[in-house]
Amino acid sequence: MKKNINIDIALTHIVTRRRQTLIAILGVTLGLSIYLFINSLVSGFTNFSREEMFKSSPHIKIYHDDEISIPLIFPKDSTEIVAIINPQITTLSKKIVDPEALLKRIKQEPYVVNAIEQVSFDLFYNRGQAQINGFGSGVDIFEYDAMFKTGKTLVAGRLEDLQNNLNAIIIGSGIAEKLNLAIDDNLTVTSSFGVVKRMKIVGIFTSGLTATDNSKSYVNISTAQQFVKKGSSFVNDIYINIPDPDKSDIYGARLRQLTTYTVEDWKTTNADALSSNRTRNALMNAISLSILIVAAFGIYNILSSTISQKINDIAILKAIGFSGSNVVWIFLIEAIFMGLVGIFIGLIAGGIFIAIMSNVYMGGHIGYFPIKFEGGLFASSSALGLFITICAGYFPAKKAADVDPVEIFRK
Amino acid sequence: MKNKEIILSTKSLGKYFNEPVKFKVLDDINIEAFKGEFLTLVGKSGSGKSTLLYCLSTMDTSYEGKIYINGVKVTGQKQNQLSAMRNADIGFIFQFHYLLPEFSCLKNVMIPALKLGRLSHEEAEVKAYQKLEMLGLENQALKQSSKLSGGQQQRVAIARALINDPAIIMCDEPTGNLDSKNTQVVFDIFKQITKDHNKTIIAVTHDNDFAANSDRTIELADGRIISHDKHFD
Ligand SMILES: Nc1ncnc2c1ncn2[C@@H]1O[C@H](COP(=O)(O)OP(=O)(O)OP(=O)(O)O)[C@@H](O)[C@H]1O
Ligand SMILES: [Mg+2]
Repeated sequence: MKKNINIDIALTHIVTRRRQTLIAILGVTLGLSIYLFINSLVSGFTNFSREEMFKSSPHIKIYHDDEISIPLIFPKDSTEIVAIINPQITTLSKKIVDPEALLKRIKQEPYVVNAIEQVSFDLFYNRGQAQINGFGSGVDIFEYDAMFKTGKTLVAGRLEDLQNNLNAIIIGSGIAEKLNLAIDDNLTVTSSFGVVKRMKIVGIFTSGLTATDNSKSYVNISTAQQFVKKGSSFVNDIYINIPDPDKSDIYGARLRQLTTYTVEDWKTTNADALSSNRTRNALMNAISLSILIVAAFGIYNILSSTISQKINDIAILKAIGFSGSNVVWIFLIEAIFMGLVGIFIGLIAGGIFIAIMSNVYMGGHIGYFPIKFEGGLFASSSALGLFITICAGYFPAKKAADVDPVEIFRK
Repeated sequence: MKNKEIILSTKSLGKYFNEPVKFKVLDDINIEAFKGEFLTLVGKSGSGKSTLLYCLSTMDTSYEGKIYINGVKVTGQKQNQLSAMRNADIGFIFQFHYLLPEFSCLKNVMIPALKLGRLSHEEAEVKAYQKLEMLGLENQALKQSSKLSGGQQQRVAIARALINDPAIIMCDEPTGNLDSKNTQVVFDIFKQITKDHNKTIIAVTHDNDFAANSDRTIELADGRIISHDKHFD
């Protein structure tokens, strides 16, 4: 095999300077494994908290927002000021008019995975003297389950029992605990419209979110409509899921063309949580990137010292016909070699950290730490590691290429 | 001399050093070297011999005037072209041997051939071994070069300069570190290269006998040529 002479020289340098090579490799290994680990942590946790969001909020929600009255008299031009303005909320009902037609129309859209309607209302749970306030959600429980996987959160009872019984209710485990209720017990529910009903508990759920478990319950849509004293066409919200939640703004814009009601995507609904997520991610990225850069600095250091020690050799190479770019290549190959080996071991080490972390039990509704092996992160860490390595190698290599042999030989 | 074919020539070559004060280290140098010629450069210490040799070797490009090698004007050529020319057409032997210390002697000799890429790895190895044999170093071929004596290293460097059969071999005091026996060995090899292989040697030397036995001697003083064919007693 005809081995390239540049590679040959580079490998000889690496082998004869084993100790320094090893240190540089270890630096990259450490930097890369930490980078990979931290980013996997961040990504795992971000996915987890996103999934948590989608347990209660749909990708896109359509509802009838409050309307503000508009002035009766408009200024004739910009210099004129109208003194009689009194904007106030004018919404009489949060009702969506003709929801069936809208829902049918929405379901025709090719990108809609799921679309359901909901009647929501405030209520009190009463048992004897004890009272808890909360809110009810009137839904087709199977459609709702398809969207939010409510069935999986049930700790007692069955979804089917709600579907066929207008007096049935599924309550959060917090309510059950506080009111000392179990399956098949009866519970008095009073809506904010003053409607009182005896409901039979057919299911108890634990969502993991304490606030929800302590207040929420599910009933049939028609039951909910009775609670709010409205007819069978009354609906508050339409929930829609799409294939890729990250594209919710695009699809939201399309849905806006179908209706005059407010179309809100999950990013808007969860804006606060998302922005604090982003802040945390940026912080973690900055930290892990700095560690990687510091690690690559090891390569820079070791190549710089190799080059200043080997300045005679570089002068000889140039004298016997190696061009500047040949010299750059020789040292770049050394950097790339150290980088690749360091990256390879770093991926293994990072993988081990991830495996260990995924077995750490965090307790609560989180369970085991939500970290996964993400191929994309392995690939992007490797690419970034290699890029930084090449940069760290290039500058000393360029310095080597600029060595003037005459100056060295004159010494 | 069989035929006087010019292999290297300069046209009013001049060079300045700016530090510590500006002075002209080479002044109006016009020389010609012929194919198959064993040419020596002499002169007092500081007269500019090494400086001239570095200009001729294409490593130093900051000079005035023009240099032609093999009929090609090298002045003003790009660094990459000059590198390729040094690799293929010029062999260089330094005063302080300068081998790559972590490679074997054989590898040191092979490197310019591997760089040139005309020979396979095996062919280059065979050829390098022949050159080492010629210099009486066949037993040292696989030793690490830094483990050789000064004289041996000097001869390895000579083998390295010869490996690509360059048209010109330039040396700066090639026998400076050698005893009289090895000086004679080197001298004989130079004679052989010039006479049998029709190569040109330009050697800077302080050794009067060495110069006297060469084909021609150019003498420098204060950066000027004072004699094109100096003969010693
Ligand atoms: N880099 C430099 N900067 C300034 N002056 C220099 C430099 N290199 C050499 N000189 C000066 O140039 C002159 C010629 O130097 P050069 O090395 O060519 O002499 P030389 O003839 O080879 O001497 P020697 O026989 O001692 O090797 C000397 O006066 C020296 O001091
Ligand atoms: Mg000199």
